[in-house]
Amino acid sequence: MKEILEILIVWPFFVFFVSLFLPKNNERLISGFVFVTMAIHLFSLTAFVVYWATKGLPAINLMEFFVYKGHNLHFFIDFYFDGITAVYAITGAMLAFLVATYSRIYLHRESGYKRFFNTKMLFYAGYTLTVFSGNLETLFVGWEILGLTSFLLVAFYRDRYLPVKNAYKVFSIYRIGDVGIILAIWASHHLWHENITFAKLQDASLVSHHLEGNTMFGLFISMMLLLAASAKSAQFPFSSWLPRAMEGPTPSSAIFYGSLSVHLGLFLLIRTMPFWEHQMAARIMIGGVGVMTAFIGASIGRVQSSVKSQIAYGSVAQIGLMFVELALGFQTFAIFHFVGNAFLRTYQLLVSPSVVSYMIREQFYHFIPSPVLKQYSKVDKLRNTYYMLSLREFDMDVLLDRFVWRPFKNLGNLLRFINIRNVYFITIPTFALAVFIQLVSYRMPVFVREVLPEIFALIGLFLVFRAYAGRRDVFVVWTLLIMNHFWIVLAISFNDALTVYEILFHLSGVVIAGTLGYFVLHYVTSREKGVDLNGFQGHVYEYPKAASLFLLACLGVAGFPITTTFVGEDILFSHIEYDDVFLAFLLASGFVISGIALIRMYARIFLGPHVKSYHSVAKKSA
Amino acid sequence: MHFHNSLFREDNVLHHIKHYLPAQAALKDFIHHNTLHAFQDRKFFDALSEASTIFGYKTSLSLEEYRNLYAEGKIDVGILHQTITDHKGESQADEWLEKMLRQSFTENFAGRIGYFRSHWKSLYSIDPDLDIHPFLFRFLCSYLDQGISIWRFPVIEGGFLTTIREMEKNMMVSFFKSKRAKNLLYEKSVAIEDLLKILVGDETLYEHYLFDQQFSHPGWSGIVSAVEDMPKTLLDTRKISLKDLVFFELLLEIDLMDHKFGENWMPLGLKMDKKVRPLFGNIQKSEYFEILRLWQLSFEWTYYDQVLGGIIANQKEVKKPESPRFQGLFCIDDREGSLRRNIEALEPSSETFGTPGFFGVAFHYKPMNGKFTMKVCPAPVNPPYLIKEVVDGKKSEKDFHFSDYTHSLFFGWLITHTIGFWSAIRLFINIFIPRLSPATTLSFRHMDRFSKLSIERHHDHDTEDGLMVGFTIDEMTDRVESLLKSIGLVDRFAPLVYVVGHGASSVNNTHYAGYDCGACSGRPGSVNARVISYMANHPSVRENLKSRGITIPASTLFVGALHDTTRDEIEFFDDQFADTNKTAYHEYNKKIFNEALTLNAKERARRFVTIDHKQPLAGLHADVKRRSVSLFEPRPELNHATNTLCIVGRRSLTEDVFLDRRAFMNSYDFRVDPDGTFLFAILSAAAPVCGGINLEYYFSRVDNDKLGAGTKLPHNVMGLFGVANGIDGDLRPGLPNQMVEVHDPLRLLMIVEHYEEVILRMIQKSESLFEWFQNEWVLLVAVHPETKQISRFKDGIFVPYHPTFVPKQVQDTKTLFENERDNLPVFLIQKQNTHVQ
Repeated sequence: MKEILEILIVWPFFVFFVSLFLPKNNERLISGFVFVTMAIHLFSLTAFVVYWATKGLPAINLMEFFVYKGHNLHFFIDFYFDGITAVYAITGAMLAFLVATYSRIYLHRESGYKRFFNTKMLFYAGYTLTVFSGNLETLFVGWEILGLTSFLLVAFYRDRYLPVKNAYKVFSIYRIGDVGIILAIWASHHLWHENITFAKLQDASLVSHHLEGNTMFGLFISMMLLLAASAKSAQFPFSSWLPRAMEGPTPSSAIFYGSLSVHLGLFLLIRTMPFWEHQMAARIMIGGVGVMTAFIGASIGRVQSSVKSQIAYGSVAQIGLMFVELALGFQTFAIFHFVGNAFLRTYQLLVSPSVVSYMIREQFYHFIPSPVLKQYSKVDKLRNTYYMLSLREFDMDVLLDRFVWRPFKNLGNLLRFINIRNVYFITIPTFALAVFIQLVSYRMPVFVREVLPEIFALIGLFLVFRAYAGRRDVFVVWTLLIMNHFWIVLAISFNDALTVYEILFHLSGVVIAGTLGYFVLHYVTSREKGVDLNGFQGHVYEYPKAASLFLLACLGVAGFPITTTFVGEDILFSHIEYDDVFLAFLLASGFVISGIALIRMYARIFLGPHVKSYHSVAKKSA
Repeated sequence: MHFHNSLFREDNVLHHIKHYLPAQAALKDFIHHNTLHAFQDRKFFDALSEASTIFGYKTSLSLEEYRNLYAEGKIDVGILHQTITDHKGESQADEWLEKMLRQSFTENFAGRIGYFRSHWKSLYSIDPDLDIHPFLFRFLCSYLDQGISIWRFPVIEGGFLTTIREMEKNMMVSFFKSKRAKNLLYEKSVAIEDLLKILVGDETLYEHYLFDQQFSHPGWSGIVSAVEDMPKTLLDTRKISLKDLVFFELLLEIDLMDHKFGENWMPLGLKMDKKVRPLFGNIQKSEYFEILRLWQLSFEWTYYDQVLGGIIANQKEVKKPESPRFQGLFCIDDREGSLRRNIEALEPSSETFGTPGFFGVAFHYKPMNGKFTMKVCPAPVNPPYLIKEVVDGKKSEKDFHFSDYTHSLFFGWLITHTIGFWSAIRLFINIFIPRLSPATTLSFRHMDRFSKLSIERHHDHDTEDGLMVGFTIDEMTDRVESLLKSIGLVDRFAPLVYVVGHGASSVNNTHYAGYDCGACSGRPGSVNARVISYMANHPSVRENLKSRGITIPASTLFVGALHDTTRDEIEFFDDQFADTNKTAYHEYNKKIFNEALTLNAKERARRFVTIDHKQPLAGLHADVKRRSVSLFEPRPELNHATNTLCIVGRRSLTEDVFLDRRAFMNSYDFRVDPDGTFLFAILSAAAPVCGGINLEYYFSRVDNDKLGAGTKLPHNVMGLFGVANGIDGDLRPGLPNQMVEVHDPLRLLMIVEHYEEVILRMIQKSESLFEWFQNEWVLLVAVHPETKQISRFKDGIFVPYHPTFVPKQVQDTKTLFENERDNLPVFLIQKQNTHVQ
């Protein structure tokens, strides 16, 4: 069974890699290949589940291989298969197969036909990896792939303004969720002193044993998981990204945001349920988020006058209910709910264009004019307020902007004095000084030594903020984002356990990706005048290859699971002490914001309406 | 507030803006029109360069596209040289040719629009659109919503602005973040000018600013303007005007600025240090546009020359069957031409005619149990008549996927747990065995074939909804007479005369109304076909017709029918005959129709790359039908794509000329109408209808981003009246890419068979009709009915034209259809069997 499982997990990745090499213009070959390989996957998965069921539904844990073995950290890939995985995997395989079949003809002649199927396959691979994952680290790999592919599919129409803007928005919110996972992984290391698998979590006595005396720490992990789940599943206060993700071709919206992607937050909670189900506070929080979202989602959904946003909020509200069901302990019920909701919303989105002719015909025979009031009554004052708040989506975006994004930008703007002329003169000597301080720090008083990591991490973080707020020079931003990693390493280096090998392991990925990015930027800026980050410039129109390379570079620097930096991040985190939540938080924020800043860079330089007006581009509002 | 002598005249300015905004009504009333209608008072090519310079539209193919067409041989060398010589003279021909082929130009589609207003960003680091658009669009959409939202907008009578005022008073939250804007809203005497004074300051720039502002979201402004002018385009009517929208948007802008800078900031117009170039006027003729013009003309005449050459070559006088087996009246629509050709080929003793698909009977139609009436005649006509469906067998099926309940918390919870799983099965079925569902728009549902219609009016007081129910005998006679005379069918009536309307079927198609009959205001023509047949069969009408010179023998029967252009199916109405002979005749004819439809499906299939067009006919036809019910098929049919011609004349003029479904065809016999009375009526309808279709396709094709709707794949339905990309976008009027991608952007060439002087007199009879030809938005060619001498209309006169193209003779169209997917050239069809006498 082990081998079959492995093949089932690897298969989508294999399909994705092969699909990259298919000829761009051969629609029949591309879609035929995807159709057949997806059908095989669906069929063999179903066969496997049937076989597995005859064996009495045993939970299977597959310890795959060590990616990295340090003295206090083992980073290994682990898979787990049980009923939950089975339901998620089969639902996913069915929907992905059906939507792939649907898209074969639907996307006919669309430019980006191949890109669509590539991205969809990568998405599906990430989905499979996530639902088969056996520990948080493995899940995180899949999770990151989902974040990236979501960005790419929302921005499928990359030459228009809104898709790119919204893709960036979706990515940013996903990234907030990532803080949750990174910190949950970090805290878990300390709680379990190992890379805990979901299989072990099933052991209730083991869990309660570890949580004993660590109640707050346990709650912290649960809260971080909830944060990650809420962002991914568009729960309060993150709901507004979901309707805005409906920018790609309808089938991609249907499968990603209608069904699969949006239910993965729920999956994370189901997976980790053995961990948090005995923490009453956690259950109350999860239920609370669910109730809040159900109420707000349903309210907003009621006033939506566009069909896709209506479906999106309808779905958000139901997922809120699933959170509630889960918090109440009805796990099976929530899973059942997920499947029904996934199919319903997918189908609703797919038939959404029909709503015009259907409803107009309905109205033709059963029309009731909406009431026109002479004036508002006293009650209407409340009602109007509620209506307007729902229409404004309870200002969730304003809240996020005011309390999350804006402060980051403002902090970054404090460092605006750093520019292309002085960036190297400021950052490199400062860093050298910091290294010197680090080297002599053993002579310093303990209290100084204790705050130095935080100070260095803070400096790194500020540089990231500066990069995040950067508008003018692309090289400054790029340099700052790379420097951030060095500052982080420096901050961690106060922990004696950090080895040179580990430092190199982490930084090698950054340096390679950083160099690649530098050359791409150089290539583009030497050919184009005025490349900055002030707005979207759409250079992918003329430089599609450079754009792809730059995206790779950004992903590398951001610690996407393509370089050693991804594992490096985990290693660094494992060196943050148990009681140093603040440092962990600083580092996690640094990773997250730098990821956003990197994607922002990519989006602003290469995506959006082309700055050159020698060909027609759609209006910004279109 | 004040009435000093100001430059700014609010009404004039708003009127001016409305004139340039997209004029597309709600989706259910999709009516094709010239996208650049505001420029129609200018010459076509002047309009192209003006519209491009001012609004940044791409108004023709790009230089590169033309050069590619030339390289592919789709622009003829000879025609190209001829065009250059005609316009630039022999001496400069080489120089221009060189420029056309090789000189590089910097193309620029930035346009003047929006430049002035973009200075908010450069001078104040603020982009008002970023903050205001999402809310403004959502708010507007909710106000106009026709039934998507479950909780409807709390509308107050008095209109948009009144509602906003009342809401602001009766709400614990506010539209605004600052005080001044709120006070300005309440102050009744505040005019747009006062707001502009705050925002812009410089009076000379007010109009400019409003243009910039409204054209940053032409889609929403357009629908507001359309609803203002035609409130009936929304079933659930809403009072709104462009003035309301402008007022509210200006307030939001003031609020945004106040919120950021307090109340003391310098108006944009005064802060500008650069001079702002006026939007309109001062448009210099550039060499670049001149070159595009020469290319476009060469492209057009390459094809026109083929067509005219074909008409010349089609010299043999085709004899008409003395006693035709049956006759068929079809719509003028370009999609009907190939069906007619196929019918004629299968049954040589049949005769077909083309006429606008409302068949001269203009009325409103109200189906059984309908709450509204719908107009089924050309859009500009407003007939005072109503036809009611009195008995029907229609059943309306429901689909819970469109139900509000799925979005509510509790029912949604119940539904996802239960029927949610049914969706999985539905999805499976729809993907692997697509079939008819309640979501499908089916042309045959327009009117139940077994229903009864109230066609005859006996009393003057038979009115409903302010319309007269049915027609009197005299009114019927007039209509039948005009119809028959205009197409020249006044004698030799066959035993069965079919009147075939048309409609289309599709699913997941927001633009469904644009697929139906344009002459019926975007609806199927079934009711019209049935009504005119009833009239023509009426004994009293026939009696009256005799005195007007038309004798329809008692043995002749008119039968209404509907052709579904997507599915290539036909349905006949009232075809239960008492006479068994008739029944046998009809059965035979039906077979011909069905065979012709299958052949027609094959001919169409060559354009559909996703189906195997070489398979046996039955399977092929099934595949074509399946397109109309497949959720995943964005191109159920190709509609009017490739339309280029409008032929007004006898069938014999083009009978053997293969025109590849590119021609609107209006039958017309100059002998029946020597003084041109009917010709005038035909041209008055055909120029705006066919010209409108043609130009909408033209502009949606050349600039799908700004003048078309873009690709339809990400479209989201807004309030049931429009589509946008995603949820925060501007409305996208125009045609989606999937409808126009195979269209060659050529202007309509109208070919009229009559004497030049008669044509000239008729087009000069109406100024608006004359404008179409004089300004060259539609091109006109006269074919002398006797000598076949061809002359083209140019600057007010007809000048002789001698086509150079000699068409090939082709016998086997089948292999041709199988081997070529692109546009086919004109050729002569050699018929295998000669006509039955």
